[in-house]
Amino acid sequence: MVSKIRCSGFGGQGVVLMGKLLAQAGMIEEKHTTFFPQYGAAMRGGTANCSVVVSDNEIASPMVEEPDVILIMNGPSLDKFEPTVRPGGWIFYNTSLIDREVERDDVKVFKVAANDVADEVGSTRSANMVMLGAFAEKLGAVSVEALLDSLDVMLEGKGDKIMNVNREAMKRGAALAK
Amino acid sequence: METSFREGLGMSEKVLMKGNEAIGEAAVQAGCQCYFGYPITPQNELTAYMSKRMLEEGRVFIQSESEIAAINMCFGAAAVGVRTMTSSSGPGISLKQEGISYVAGAELPVFYVNVMRGGPGLGNIAPSQADYFQCTRGGGHGDYRVIVYAPSDVQEQYDYTMLSFDLADRYRIPVMLATDGILGQMMEPLVLHDYKDPGDLPSKEAWRLGDAVTQEPIWITSVRLGEGELEEHNFKLQKKYEEIVEKEVRFEETAVDDADIVVVAYGTSARVARSAIEMARAAGIKVGLLRPITLWPFPEKRIREIAEKVDDMLAVEMSLGQMWEDVRLAACGACRVHLHGRTAGGVPDEAAVVDQIKTILSSKGDEIIRNF
Repeated sequence: MVSKIRCSGFGGQGVVLMGKLLAQAGMIEEKHTTFFPQYGAAMRGGTANCSVVVSDNEIASPMVEEPDVILIMNGPSLDKFEPTVRPGGWIFYNTSLIDREVERDDVKVFKVAANDVADEVGSTRSANMVMLGAFAEKLGAVSVEALLDSLDVMLEGKGDKIMNVNREAMKRGAALAK
Repeated sequence: METSFREGLGMSEKVLMKGNEAIGEAAVQAGCQCYFGYPITPQNELTAYMSKRMLEEGRVFIQSESEIAAINMCFGAAAVGVRTMTSSSGPGISLKQEGISYVAGAELPVFYVNVMRGGPGLGNIAPSQADYFQCTRGGGHGDYRVIVYAPSDVQEQYDYTMLSFDLADRYRIPVMLATDGILGQMMEPLVLHDYKDPGDLPSKEAWRLGDAVTQEPIWITSVRLGEGELEEHNFKLQKKYEEIVEKEVRFEETAVDDADIVVVAYGTSARVARSAIEMARAAGIKVGLLRPITLWPFPEKRIREIAEKVDDMLAVEMSLGQMWEDVRLAACGACRVHLHGRTAGGVPDEAAVVDQIKTILSSKGDEIIRNF
């Protein structure tokens, strides 16, 4: 099985970290995995995105043009990437910041009030973790457990408080999809 | 790579790492004492990584005033016998060519990295293999060669960086790692392993610059003005190049033995070609892959052998027929050699490669199928 995933949001929402956590989780589960960032000129407050591929087989290109799943954190990202999703694929989007419906009728949609849930656990900044938790629980491309383990690697040295908020946010996101 | 990734990890541990940073870490492990570089996308993470790691190790890191300065600093460091490197992308590598030619003429071991982007000119910052001609033809002026490795994943970028330092020292030659924006920017699982000294590298004592007070003067130069002097020197270089062609060709073969058509591709293109071959095999088409790992020396003998057995070969590359020329030279008319080329950030698509293979197999006569 191959999962081609694109994460997108505005700079500061942690979409690059989302991608790295997904790739790290894929590695923990001994799958083939690649992470590929949007690179080059970027603007503060502009959109940021990255691509992740998790596969049982060797991965050809890490660039994802027609994703199976997009994890969308803000409105401009939905506008940009909604048309790119493979027919039959999934759109996960952050309804805390996006008040429109998905226009396409050939894709599946899962709504996540990521910022609201993150606020409940005490940090808006962990909205990205809510989104990841919901995605992993719903589709199982990587497990929630592997994502939690990835947090230990990626946030090593950031302190217990930050770690715990992020873990809690991820679990709350997963609970949304149960 | 955040430091937190690496701290506390023993060697031989699997980590998720960016290609550019894997090259940097491999160079540190291989004992690179001096890194000189100037920023350019898409290789900036390598320079950034070295700016931190070299200082941690108490070694030399200089962000030079230009690419030209960086390669000439490499000349100096190599002349005193330490392992040294620089890195850049297409436009910066063009600027370094004068220095690389001097390094080749003076027979100095220098390692350099080209994380290729779209050209010509300032072009764009997207992944590309458009510097193939420049990489494989020396690049600068004069009668010389450089060894060129073309890794196709993060692990190979790590491994071949280490090997590049060894070969640079063994043959006193510039060695280049030719990657692209995808390989440099992507993260993949990587097994960090220690550097292993091959144990039989020649001593540098006889030729390196040492202590000016206690040693006899040594002259390291690329100028040879005496009558016949340069020709004699160039024949000597040529002998060395012939030894390299004899001993250092590297390639990987997949499913070539029963193949009706063989794809030739390197680096990122080879990753895509490998997937295309799986798709084609699943559809009952007998396709094989030959992946050059050294672009120079090119695996021309093996390509010639394969060309004798099959009717068709297909060069798949992120440039418009540059490697195709070498495949045609090697095949020497023994089979048809077709081209699937993308450029300026275009990456070959598996399905499009399979479609072209089908077109080729249903075509007749001398027709050469190109995808553009």
